Amino acid sequence: MSLEFKNIVKRVDSETHIYATDLKIEDGGFNILLGTTLSGKTTLLHLMAGLDKPTSGELWFNGKNVTGVPAQKRNVSMVHQQFINYPNFTVFENIASPLRISRMPSPEINSRVQKVSELLKLTPLLQRNPSELSGGQQQRTALARALVKDADLVLLDEPLANLDFKLREELRDELPRIFGDRHCTVVYATSEPSEALLLGGHTATLHEGRVTQFGETSKIYRHPKDLQSAKVFSDPPINSAKIEKQGGTFTLNEAISWPVLEKHNTMRDGTYTVGIRPHHISTLAGSENMTSIKGKVVTTEFSGSESTVHFGVGDQTWVSQSRGIHPIEIGATTDFYLDISRCLYFDTNNELVSL
Amino acid sequence: MKRFTWAAPTFYIIFLMLPIYWLLNMSFKTTNEILGSFTLWPNEFTLENYIAIFTDPTWYNGYFNSLTYVGINTVISVTVALPAAYAFSRFRFLGDKHLFFWLLTNRMAPAAVFALPFFQFYSAVNLFDTHIAVALAHCLFNIPLAVWILEGFMSGIPKELDETAYVDGYSFPHFFVKIFIPTILAGIGVAAFFCFMFSWVELLLAKTLTSVAAKPIAAVMTRTASTSGYELGLLAAAGSLTIIPGAFVIYFVRNYIAKGFALGRV
Repeated sequence: MSLEFKNIVKRVDSETHIYATDLKIEDGGFNILLGTTLSGKTTLLHLMAGLDKPTSGELWFNGKNVTGVPAQKRNVSMVHQQFINYPNFTVFENIASPLRISRMPSPEINSRVQKVSELLKLTPLLQRNPSELSGGQQQRTALARALVKDADLVLLDEPLANLDFKLREELRDELPRIFGDRHCTVVYATSEPSEALLLGGHTATLHEGRVTQFGETSKIYRHPKDLQSAKVFSDPPINSAKIEKQGGTFTLNEAISWPVLEKHNTMRDGTYTVGIRPHHISTLAGSENMTSIKGKVVTTEFSGSESTVHFGVGDQTWVSQSRGIHPIEIGATTDFYLDISRCLYFDTNNELVSL
Repeated sequence: MKRFTWAAPTFYIIFLMLPIYWLLNMSFKTTNEILGSFTLWPNEFTLENYIAIFTDPTWYNGYFNSLTYVGINTVISVTVALPAAYAFSRFRFLGDKHLFFWLLTNRMAPAAVFALPFFQFYSAVNLFDTHIAVALAHCLFNIPLAVWILEGFMSGIPKELDETAYVDGYSFPHFFVKIFIPTILAGIGVAAFFCFMFSWVELLLAKTLTSVAAKPIAAVMTRTASTSGYELGLLAAAGSLTIIPGAFVIYFVRNYIAKGFALGRV
C-alpha cells in the first residue's frame, strides 16, 4: 500500500503549478511537504485528495489507479490551515458527519466520536457550536473529524499555521501521539523547516512546483541534494556564495579563505557554491575547525536565547545565529566564526558534492 | 452645549416620522374632518376606514394579489439566484465578470422601458392579469439583485468548506442543501428581503400587467382617488396597511441586514 505520483503535471490555464512529478509515499508513515507559499504544497494535497485532477500523469493509491476518482469516493480526510467546521452543526455532529454520510449505525457513531474526542480533549465541548470555540479547539474539532473515519490517507495543510504560538506547540507535541497507533498515511504540508524537523518522518522539499528532494527528514536536512533543497530547508535562509578551490584552500574573496579539510580533499579544484547554515556561523570563538571572518553588522535580532545577526560579506548579506545574547553595535565590523566542517559545497550545477 | 446634544436626533426623528404620523392620523379621521379643518389628532376618532377596507373585496383582494405575486417572485428570485451566485463565487469561466456586470445593468433601465414589451408578450401568451405574470416580470430586477447580494455572502465563505465536505463524502447537492444553505442563511434573508421590498413597491409593471384578477393594492389606491371623489380617510387607512408588511419583514431580517452591510454588499 502506497501513494504514488507517476509523472504528474498540473497546469491551470497557461500557468504550470506542478512540473512533472514522480513521488512515492510509503504506506503508514508521516510525510512532510516542505516549501514556501506558492511552492505547490496545497496543489499536491488537492491532487492527493481528488479535489483536483492532474493535467497529465497518473496517481496510484494502494495499487489502484485513482487518477480521476473524486474525493467522495476515496477514503481520505483533510484539515486546512483555516479552521473549517460546519457552522450549523454542533461539535459532535461536526465530528460525526463523515460517519453519518456513510450511513454508519448510530451507536457505533457515538462510540467512535467519544473515543476521538477524548483523544483530542474535546469531550466537554461536544454540544457547543464551532463559533463558540477558541481557534485551537476549532482546529481540534477539524482534526477529530479527519480522524474519526479512519481514512487511509490524512492530509494536513499547514494545520498549525493559524494558531498562536503556545497552542501551536501544544498541538504539535500531541500530533505524534494522535497519529501514533493509527494505521494511516499522513501528509503534512508546512512552510517551517523547524516544524518538519520536530515532526520527523519523511520530507519532500518543494520549490516552485517541483519536488527537489524526498527522503528521511533528518537525512535531507543534513545532506540536501542540491542548493535549492538546502534553501527550502533552512530558516533563516542558508548563506551561500561562490567559492574557489585551489589546492588546499577555499577562497571566497581576497579577505576570506579557509583551509580544505581532509574530507574535502577529493574535490577537484574549481568553482563551487558554498552553503553555510546561519547557526554554523557564530559571534563566539569556538572549537577547532572554526575560521574567523570579518563582517559589517547590518541588523541584529534577539530572541530569548538566540542572537541573529545580519552582516555584510563582500556584496552579500549573511546571517549568523548564535546562542545567548550578544549585543553588537550596528555598523561595527566584527569577527564571525564559521564552522568549516559543516559547510556544504555545491558544484556548478548546484548539486551537492558527495562526501 | 452638551445639554443640547439630544436636540439634533430628536428633530431628525420627528422630521422623519411626520409623514407616517400624518398618514395614521388621517386614517382615523373622517373625510369631512380631513378636508374641513386642521387638526393634529383625530377629533372624531373612527375605525370606519379600516372596516371599509376589510369588508370590501376590491380592497382586500388588492392586498391579497400584491402579497401573492410578491411571495412568488421572492421564491423564484432566490431559488434561481442561489446556484447562479454559487457559480459566480466559486468558478472561473469565460466571461464570468462581464456576465456578472451585465446582470446588474438590468437594474439600470427604468421599468417603463420594459412595460410595453412585457404587456405585449404576456398578452400574447395569455398570462395577462395573472399573479405569475407580475412575479416573472419583477424577476428582471430581482434576480440580478439577489445574485449580487448572495455572491457577496458566498464569497465570504472559504471554499475550503466545500472541499472539506467533499472529502468527508458529501455529494454536491447534499452539501449545498445541508451545509452551504444554512451557512449563508443570513444572506438568503437579506436577498429575500430586498426582493420582497422591490416587488412590493413596484407599481408600473404591476399595474400594466393586470386589470382585475391580479390588481395590486397600489393600483387599487390610485383608482379610488379618481372615481369616488375624495375618500382621503379610506386612502390613508389603505396606505397605513400597506406599510405593515414591509415593516414586518424588516423586523425579521434587521440583524442580517446589518451583517450584509458589514460584508459590503448591500
